[in-house]
Amino acid sequence: MKQRKTDEGYCLGIESTADDFSVGIATFKGDILANVISAYMPPEGGIHPREAARHHAEVAAKVLEEAFQKAGIKPKDLTAVAFSQGPGLGPCLRTGATVARALASYLRVPLVGVNHCVAHIEIGKLKAGAKDPVTLYVSGGNTIVAAFDAGRYRVFGETLDIALGNCLDVFAREAGLRQRSGEPFGAVVEKLAKKGKRLIPLPYTVKGMDISFSGLLTAAINTLRRGEYSLEDLCYSLQETAFSMVVEVTERALAHTEKGEVLLTGGVAANKRLQEMVCSIAEEHGAKFCTVPGEFAMDNGAMIAWTGVLAFTHGVTMPITKSFVRLKWRLEEVEVPWVK
Amino acid sequence: MGEISQPKLIKRGAEACLFLAEWHGRKVVLKRRLPKKYRLPVLDEEIRTYRTIHEPRLMHEAKRAGVPTPTIFLVDVKNSTIVMEYIEGKQLKQLLNQVSEGDRQNLCRKIGELIGKLHMHGIVHGDLTTSNMIQNGDGKIFFVDFGLGEKTRELEAIGVDLHLMKRALQSTHYKFAEEYFKNVIEGYSSVLDAETVRNVLDKIREIEKRGRYVAERRSMQI
Repeated sequence: MKQRKTDEGYCLGIESTADDFSVGIATFKGDILANVISAYMPPEGGIHPREAARHHAEVAAKVLEEAFQKAGIKPKDLTAVAFSQGPGLGPCLRTGATVARALASYLRVPLVGVNHCVAHIEIGKLKAGAKDPVTLYVSGGNTIVAAFDAGRYRVFGETLDIALGNCLDVFAREAGLRQRSGEPFGAVVEKLAKKGKRLIPLPYTVKGMDISFSGLLTAAINTLRRGEYSLEDLCYSLQETAFSMVVEVTERALAHTEKGEVLLTGGVAANKRLQEMVCSIAEEHGAKFCTVPGEFAMDNGAMIAWTGVLAFTHGVTMPITKSFVRLKWRLEEVEVPWVK
Repeated sequence: MGEISQPKLIKRGAEACLFLAEWHGRKVVLKRRLPKKYRLPVLDEEIRTYRTIHEPRLMHEAKRAGVPTPTIFLVDVKNSTIVMEYIEGKQLKQLLNQVSEGDRQNLCRKIGELIGKLHMHGIVHGDLTTSNMIQNGDGKIFFVDFGLGEKTRELEAIGVDLHLMKRALQSTHYKFAEEYFKNVIEGYSSVLDAETVRNVLDKIREIEKRGRYVAERRSMQI
């Protein structure tokens, strides 16, 4: 193993929990030198884990090469290799992990397994300049309200069933909406919602600190099928109801923890209406509203690389024999010794 | 509401503001649900009105079920304000960290008993946390904040209710969460029949197995 000073070096991060395969390169000081993302677009329907994994395997070499090129470094310059170890889809995670293991053992550098949710928070903090935020992380696979306390990111609230992004995606597909290349379904729904005017009553389900979207989704789809309302009004109502639910829980966490920052991240963070709502509660509680540019809010390799840096410089590495993927790895299981 | 004098803000919660005031010579708490700017006005008003009417109703029913709750004096739907008795005492959230192990066990068992009584009478609290429980000078434990509660005998809702209690213990008393929850269940089992308890516990396990609570499944045995 190479021995290096901990204040200089490069970490490469591989993200492959779901439909995106991405490679990022970060310096130990927190500069992101590369963040190359290749998205798998299913011809129809949702993500088929095996199909997505096949895509990842096909593009891996190309994405790696592009990342090195963008960063202007060579593989031998790397100090550590990080990969998203979970939570996520099994076949996708395993593909990324295989690439990471191969690279680390070839280069004889340490391997770092990173929790995908921790990585979203860490890159958010880095890019938005937040120190100790309440985080609302909303994506296709996760809906979590978390904040740091006693060595870990604690989950204050989360979905009891499907994720917010998943709810929007499935609704969009049921409505027969089409996405343009590179455009997520959430963006299509957002565009239509802007033209909506009438609020259609839909179930609003907040249970304590947790939320549920499955009933809302079913009600929205049933309403759609009855054809009484315009699609614009339905998208508008779906967004308003679903977003109000997550924002209510975020506000509760903010009031409870009395933290000074709110960080909005994940794929759904790109939604302007959601940003506006989260910003509003931040103002009300005298907290700073932080959000991250799209490429760092969605699934990306840079966040894995940067969290890899944090973990590696605090002695968190793993032998390849123990680097199995963890499909259901919860955020609060992870110790984060780099946060004080 | 003209008789109310000098409301003083005592807690600015996420959902409502609590004011301490005097009303006909009594100390009262005003719970006012303020409009939320982030929500559409139509949706906002609907949610606030619903909760303002619903909460006192549930609190009253809880009392009938044998669970102490603050007495409701007045409900002002137009201003989404509830006027209720002020309970002088300590939140269980703090109390649990201050008392001896034996007292802690008793408190948790008592909490469990009270939750059991609620469920037995078809009331689900909806936000069971140790900050929503107050012990007064006589040692009586009051449940407050029924804003997210509902009347239901559905096993799913009851399971989620207790599951939330467990999650709340984990996020605020993570060091002793396991032990606390075990005691809560002991108390709970003492008021409900064995079959119901078994069904509820099975339900909690099922909720946890839905994929999002695997760590709990591994770390906690109930």
